[in-house]
Amino acid sequence: MGFDSAHLIALPELVLALGAILLLVVGAFLGKRSMAVVSGGSVIVLLFAAIAAGLGAKGVAFNGAFIADDASVFSKVAIYIASAVAIFLGERWLTRIGNAKFEYPVLVVLAALGMGMMVSAGDLISLYIGIELQSLALYVLCAFQRDDAKASESALKYFVLGALSSGLLLYGSSLIYGFAGSTHFADIAAAASHGSVSAGVIFGLVFLICGLAFKVSAAPFHMWTPDVYEGAPTPVAAFLAAAPKLAAMVLFARVLAQGFAHAIPEWSQVVTAVALISVTVGALGGLVQKNIKRLLAYSSIANIGYALLGLASGSQQGMQAMLMFMVLYMIDVTGFFACLLALYRKGEPMETLPSLAGLVRVRPGIAIALTILSLSVLGLPPLSGFWAKFYVFRAAVSTPGMGWQAVYGLVFSVAAAFYYLRMIKTMWFDEPIGETDVPPADARIVALGAAAFAFPLVMIGLAFLDPLTAAAAKAFGLA
Amino acid sequence: MSHILTLTTFAPLVGALAILILRAVAGKSGEQAAGRSALWIALGTTVATFALSVIMLAQFDAKSAGFQFVEDARWFSMIHYAMGVDGISVLFVVLTTFLMPICILASWSSIRQRLVEYLIAFLVLETLMIGVFTAMDIVLFYAFFEFGLIPMFLIIGVWGGKNRVYAAYKFFLYTLLGSVLMLAAILSMATIAGTTSIPALMQYHFAPHLQILFWLAFFASFAVKMPMWPVHTWLPDAHVEAPTAGSVILAGVLLKMGGYGFLRFSLPMFPYASTYFTPLVFALSAIAIVYTSLVAFRQTDMKKLIAYSSVAHMGFVTMGVFSGNLEGIQGAVFQMLSHGVISGALFLCVGVVYDRMHTREIAFYGGLADRMPWYAATFLLFTMGNVGLPGISGFVGEIMTMTGVYGSTSAAGTWTALVSASGVILSAMYALTLYRRVMYGAITNPKLMTITDLDVREVVIFTPLIIGALALGIYPHMALSFTEASVANLVSVWRAGVGG
Repeated sequence: MGFDSAHLIALPELVLALGAILLLVVGAFLGKRSMAVVSGGSVIVLLFAAIAAGLGAKGVAFNGAFIADDASVFSKVAIYIASAVAIFLGERWLTRIGNAKFEYPVLVVLAALGMGMMVSAGDLISLYIGIELQSLALYVLCAFQRDDAKASESALKYFVLGALSSGLLLYGSSLIYGFAGSTHFADIAAAASHGSVSAGVIFGLVFLICGLAFKVSAAPFHMWTPDVYEGAPTPVAAFLAAAPKLAAMVLFARVLAQGFAHAIPEWSQVVTAVALISVTVGALGGLVQKNIKRLLAYSSIANIGYALLGLASGSQQGMQAMLMFMVLYMIDVTGFFACLLALYRKGEPMETLPSLAGLVRVRPGIAIALTILSLSVLGLPPLSGFWAKFYVFRAAVSTPGMGWQAVYGLVFSVAAAFYYLRMIKTMWFDEPIGETDVPPADARIVALGAAAFAFPLVMIGLAFLDPLTAAAAKAFGLA
Repeated sequence: MSHILTLTTFAPLVGALAILILRAVAGKSGEQAAGRSALWIALGTTVATFALSVIMLAQFDAKSAGFQFVEDARWFSMIHYAMGVDGISVLFVVLTTFLMPICILASWSSIRQRLVEYLIAFLVLETLMIGVFTAMDIVLFYAFFEFGLIPMFLIIGVWGGKNRVYAAYKFFLYTLLGSVLMLAAILSMATIAGTTSIPALMQYHFAPHLQILFWLAFFASFAVKMPMWPVHTWLPDAHVEAPTAGSVILAGVLLKMGGYGFLRFSLPMFPYASTYFTPLVFALSAIAIVYTSLVAFRQTDMKKLIAYSSVAHMGFVTMGVFSGNLEGIQGAVFQMLSHGVISGALFLCVGVVYDRMHTREIAFYGGLADRMPWYAATFLLFTMGNVGLPGISGFVGEIMTMTGVYGSTSAAGTWTALVSASGVILSAMYALTLYRRVMYGAITNPKLMTITDLDVREVVIFTPLIIGALALGIYPHMALSFTEASVANLVSVWRAGVGG
């Protein structure tokens, strides 16, 4: 078989797959000192893949199983960049704590490969392959600190619940295949267009949505999130909270928009329900958390709720809102975790809220970054998180019958505001409780960079992101 | 200078950046010295901003009802960076820039810790407040309006009194809850009308049932901000805990955003709903005037008393705004300006004795007129202004709003005017009682024997306020001539909107 257009369409994935194998070999030969080389190589591979995605051919390959369009390209570039940042943060962190194993960057590249598959999936089979490839790499990454009981526990929880959700996903897929007669999204849509959507397909669709809700950690399938965020090594949690969420959301959007374009009212109500439950659980659950990583877990549940609200609009505007929201949120959450990586006191991570007391007097740079990021996720204009919510709620209010759902989401964003405010209050109003260690340069760069994007760079960034996400949203083919 | 609005709005931000750079250069050891220079930079910046706004006022064409000094550039999606002022907003800009140097001077020696951050917060707040009054894009307006919460949250929470954290939270969450509902309405309006430009939205006719919903959403935000009874409870807490300058800005400018919002959005965009809800607003205003005046009478804390009296005076504003005629709305605007000067001055008066004695308990004081004659005279002037003595600005606003409401087409107008008139007597009751208990009688508290009269800095602070209050009171036309064309236009838009 020669190198044909199908391979060109899947070029980013080929780059990643070959790169990962090559780096694994390099790492195995160089042995223990190979961390820096393999990490550098991984970042280069990811950048090449991003370039290949950005400049590469668009179209449909492998009998419709693999799609490269504006949506997949946009998400891939974002995912690969986020993965490169995760490698950068993780490599420095693992080296600092003396656990510099070269498998870390390779696993991130493999996870990125899985995510690339997810956003390009045009078929239930490739959907499943993408999810599993990504998930398996992530399970291992969570357990990367294998001597740490909490990390092992979190990885096991993640694995068991992840396997359960994969089961749900497969069960739903098999029902859909049984009733629609095909695994291709386009064929499923065509089968449904001949009349009413059969109850079997709807039944399968609900299972599929449940499985995907697990992957994006939407309530009521969110139970694993706080434990995994808390237990996983911080750079891994940073990775987990960003890129895989975007990949899963784009996959979510694609399967619903392209596979079930004739059942929008059916899936829209399920997704709306999941979104509103997530917003509620995230806002209320976060109120009682003392550990910042658990707090971020609940914050991510609430924020996925907002992204799902955009998705639930079932319109092109809603898809744009979802993409915009996820990209802006990814930057915020990466910055948050980078702040945590920068904050150590006497060699111990400062992961509880009280440990941040008076931080603005001790580490003004990190404290201001954390403040900006908190305000952004809280949704205060003109910070990036506000614009993220702005797009989502604009899409929601312009969808007939979703106005009150939007108001509900907005009201709960005020409840969630309380815990971000508490973080700001702790840093600004309380008395300092002692010096902190000098923050490592890598975490500081990422933290300050993310905060600078959240405000003020976003004011310029939006002018670029707006047309990009608009073009990407068109690719889902909704009105 | 076609960019004078942008200049005026962002000049304080430039000052804030300068202070930030100065602080970074000074390092940890030079904090004290940096603080002193930062004060001068902040004062210079705010005075320059005031000068810019006065230049703008001089160039303003008072005969035109439209927006002037307009700037417009597309930002992204449908959102524009659009700025402009009309006769109503231009005066609020000047009020803001007028009060800011006074606030900086008021903080000169009373803020001892984290002075640099304090000044930055104030300068950022000034930019945001001016932005609220100059934004001509509704999303831009929302951004300025909402982000103002953060500097104020920090000012109350970091530099406030002992219960500051509770007050800061209450202030923030109350106001945020109000404004997210407004955000929902803004998004919906933008979707329906297909534009976020405020002048274009004023031209757009929303369906009556939508107007009702949107009006309520905006009302949720502005009523909290005003604040109107019964959502005023955050204000006394915020005032009591905030540092003096914070109270001045809160009473002087931040509360005016609510009234400005009614004039800019509720009336012209939702005329049907505004007419529909006029009795509600009248009733709430009348209750606010009587009820909060009585509450003010029972206060033992000076700042709390003035805070409650602010709520009562804002009652005149809300009823004037919804009177729907020229006198009433003109009076409401005038009352806001006058209240900005007078209540700001009263909070500064409290600050004077608080700086010396560190308590605001009324019972602590007594007989101050003996030891502090100049202070007593100043306090008397502003107390009389608060009561509504003719010749001082407070009188004009009250009489105009009451006349306006009496002439309102709404059936509730007569009764509201009648009830609100009792507020004039009630305000005399609490304000004069406060004055008597603090100033008159013999000094019974030995701690007060050494208290000193106003110093030079304080005289500099009060002089412009006294001039402002008297000038507005003696020659109100000075301010009213600016607003007349815009208000007349607003009234005709409203009348046209309800088809009457």
